[in-house]
Parts: sequence; C-alpha cells; structure tokens
Amino acid sequence: MILLQTINLKKWFGDTPACDDVNFAVQKGEFLSLVGSNGAGKTSLVNLISAQLRPDSGQIMFEGRDITGISVAERIRLGIARSFQIVNLFDGMSVFDNVALSIFSRQGKTRSAATLADLDQEVHGEAISVLGQFGLTDKAGVLASGLAQGERKLLDVAIAYALRPKLLFLDEPTSGVSTRDKAQIMDTVSSIVRAGQVTAVVIEHDMDVVFRYSDRIVMMHEGRLLADGTPDEIKTNKDVANILLGVPLSA
Amino acid sequence: MKADVGIRHRSKLPLAVAGLAATGILAALPPIVGLYQTQLLTYGLITAIAALGFNILLGYTGLLSFGHSAFFGAGAYSVALLAQNLGIHSMEAYILIGIPATAILSAAFGYISVRHTRIFFGILTLALSQVLYSLALKFFWVTNGTDGLRISRPTLLGGLITFSGSGAFERFIITYYYYVLAIFVVCVVLIWIIVHSPFGKALQSIRDNETRAAFIGISIRRYRWFAFLLSGTFTGIAGILWAPLNGLATPDVLYWPFSGEIVFTAILGGFRTFAGPIIGGIVFTYLKTYAVATTEYWQALLGSVLVLLVMVLPAGIVGTLHRITASLIAIGKRPS
Repeated sequence: MILLQTINLKKWFGDTPACDDVNFAVQKGEFLSLVGSNGAGKTSLVNLISAQLRPDSGQIMFEGRDITGISVAERIRLGIARSFQIVNLFDGMSVFDNVALSIFSRQGKTRSAATLADLDQEVHGEAISVLGQFGLTDKAGVLASGLAQGERKLLDVAIAYALRPKLLFLDEPTSGVSTRDKAQIMDTVSSIVRAGQVTAVVIEHDMDVVFRYSDRIVMMHEGRLLADGTPDEIKTNKDVANILLGVPLSA
Repeated sequence: MKADVGIRHRSKLPLAVAGLAATGILAALPPIVGLYQTQLLTYGLITAIAALGFNILLGYTGLLSFGHSAFFGAGAYSVALLAQNLGIHSMEAYILIGIPATAILSAAFGYISVRHTRIFFGILTLALSQVLYSLALKFFWVTNGTDGLRISRPTLLGGLITFSGSGAFERFIITYYYYVLAIFVVCVVLIWIIVHSPFGKALQSIRDNETRAAFIGISIRRYRWFAFLLSGTFTGIAGILWAPLNGLATPDVLYWPFSGEIVFTAILGGFRTFAGPIIGGIVFTYLKTYAVATTEYWQALLGSVLVLLVMVLPAGIVGTLHRITASLIAIGKRPS
C-alpha cells in the first residue's frame, strides 16, 4: 500500500535541478534508503515533502490526499516527521524537555499557559519511555548541548519519533559519528521504527549501513531517480556502481 | 528510573519557601527602612514587573525589543487620561481598564513586529514606540505635551482606603507599597507559571531553534505574537502602577531611552534566569537614583556600568551567582 507518492515533482535552483520530474513512492511499513552523491537532490526531495521547500510544480500525495499546498504543521499533524542532516536540538533545554516538547505539541498542549509542564504525568511517562527506547534515560536531566555527537543524533531522531509519525524521514542519522556509534544508532533506530510500525525513509551515504538495514533502496542523481530496488538488485545495478565509483553514466 | 525521579520530582517546595521568605522580608521592610527607602523600593518592584514582562520576550522567546517604553507609557497614560478626563480615581478601575488598553496596543504592535526577527524586530519595535511618543507630543490638547498629565492619589480596594488630610502622603507611600507588593507577587507567580507551562517551553524552543520548533508543529509567528502580547501587557501593568506613585505622566516614559532602561534592567539582573529581571529592577532603581543624586553626568555613569557589566558579568547578577554556586558545588564534589 502506497503511503506517500510524488507526481512529477519539480524544483530548480536557478539552472540547477534539485528535483526534476521526480515520481517517488514509499510503501507503508518499509525501511527505505535514499542514496546518491552530494547534490543528487535527496535532501531537497525530503525538504519538499516536509514543506521546508515549495515545489515549482508537481504533486505530493500522502495516504491518497494531495498535501502539496499545506503547511509544515499540518503535515506533522497528518503524520510526517523528520530529523535533520545537521543536528537540530533545543540546546538550552534538557534532553527530557526536548522530547517532552514534541509530545506536548502532538497533543496540542503547547497552547496551555496555565499549567506546569513538569506536572503533566501523561507526557512525563511517555517522554521517559521514548528516552528509554533511545538509550537516553540517564541523560534526561542533562542539557542537550552537553551530549556527545552520537547521543545528539539519537536525540534528534527521538524528537521526531515522539511526534508518533506514520512516515519518518531521517536525514543522514549517522553522519559525523564514529563507526561504532553508527551501528548503535542504526540498530536503535531500525528496531524502534520496526517495533513502532513506522515507515522510515533514511538518507544515507554509508552503503554498508544502507545495504544492512534497508528493505528498498532508491538512488538519485542530478535531481532524478536513477535506480529503485531491493538491496540485492541495487548491488548489481551498473549505473549505481558507476555513480558510487565516480564513473560518468555514459561510460 | 533514576532519571524519572530526578526529572519528575524537581520539588517546588524550596522555591515556594524561598518565595514566601522573600515576600516576608519585603513586607517587613517599610518600618525598618523608612519612608524614602520604601518609596524607592516601590519603584524597584514596579521596574521589576516591567523587566519580568520584557523578559518573556528576550529571555524566553529570544526577541530583543527596543520598544517596551510604549507599553509602560500606555499603562501610565491610560491612568492619567482616566483621571483627567473621566474623573476616575479608583486604582482598581485603572487596572481593569488599563490592562485591556495595553493588551490591545501590545497585540497590534506584536502583530506587526513578530513577522521579523533579530535586528529588524528590534528596529521595528523601536520605530513603533517612537510613533506613540511623537503622538503624545503632538496631541498636546489630549496629553498636555511635555508638561504631562497630573495624577492625584487614587483610592485603593474599591474606595475602602482613601488618602486625604494630614499624613496622607506618608500613609499613601506605605499603603501603596503593600498594594504594589501584592500585585508584584501575583505577577511573579503568573509569569513563573507561564514560562514553566507547555506554552513557555514552546517559547523556549523557538528561542533555541526556530527551524526545529516549526518541525515539531509549533506555529512560530503565532506563539511569538502571544509572547509579545503577554510581555507588553505585564510591562503595561508596571506603567499603570507607576503613574499614581509618580503623580505625573510625561512623554519621557514613551521615549526610546526608557526602553533602553528596561533592556538595561534585564541585562543587569541576568535575562537568562527567572529572578534576574527582579533583582535587576530593584538594583537598577537604586543605581539610577544614587547616580542622579551623585553626579550630573549620571547617564555616563550608568553607561559605564552597562559596558562593565557586558564585559565582566555577561550573565548579569543572578546569572553570575548561579555560575559561582555551580562552580563551588562542582569543586566540592571533586575527589580530594
């Protein structure tokens, strides 16, 4: 069952195509990796789907509904969440508050100015549970700015996950962390995503990570979809191999 | 489970005890310090309310307004106009009419200003406040221009307490101190609840990371606007309380240097802490009073203090005390 679909999605920055007639689909429940060299258009595609960018033309359909013109907040309410390539945290707040805020927002409680946030037991319990899933319970009271890089990446994903999305975009969740931390982050993320029955789209450069965790892989090149298949199919795709080895497609 | 306990049961009891103790000390001061110091302290509490209101924007939402004189002045002028034109002399009437008046002004200025951030926001708030200042000067048949509007001593508690006859001034200063102290406590409690509510957390998320706040579903502009509305209204309450004590509302309170004083107050106390603007308000009142009494170059003296403050104590008085306390605790925990 198709959860998300883009139809002839187009976004150009001057003469450079970020997304050029992209027809991209995500099946419900899958763990999909979006790969490609720098500038291939992966992040632009996620930015378009999450409403950080407006498309020049084309449509974005989510659960059969056209969401092309709706705001970030409305897309979040429908169930689309994302993490960021460069970690985006609330550094002046505790790790607990970073996650609790997502839950408050999802429950529509951030409009309340007359109750104390600390006393909301429902949100408190859920935040502690999410932190436990990401192995951050012991850091709950620490300022987000005081976390190590791997923990910051996990918290970035935890904030998005706490929105209880149907579709979660993770933009390079393992970039800038050690090889050991990469495995830990991806193990944590994939187990949570699969346990929570969330559909995940991960932008990733590390092909070992991609082949290990993905159900399906989509490769982008110069704003277009170049290949789409299972990890085994992608491994044997010559165009993909050429791109990864830096060989021009014409060769 | 350890973190669960640590987070959830951050007890409010020590804070409540400290708050009650501080209120008790403030309540006990008038007979000890005398009339003049009581009057100064009243000004200090009023300045603290203005700074606390201002800090909803600066400390919790990350927006630096250079136009809060507008709301303080609007509060003061609403009292003066009610007294002069409608013959109203009830403090409660001033408050009940003045609060919606300043709230409407804050909502209007905020609606325009929160579309921008950083320097553009600051300049816009400055410009809007100066429009109000120039109106106060130009519409002299309403505002009496630079001469201002006189305000007689109001009645308190629905007319139960009046001030006339011999010793009226002394009775007014003492009684009004307690009146302001009560409103100050209410404002402190309200603002404390607001900044510790889910709404307050949302404001802090906007301050820390606007992009991420938007991507957890927070409507940035709308929340900034509410913060502006609250901030302006609390500063307006300070203006309402200030007018009867000062006895005169002049355009000076709408002029941009007065906005600068509110900014100064928050920085002096420490805008990154809740208590900073309170301490800043009281310290600034004393600092300015004694600087004015000491030298005719008092602005230069205050300016030097501000420069020194930014260079030596960027976290302000309370922020620096927090840091020193944290350092001492860390040293104490270090294994010998």
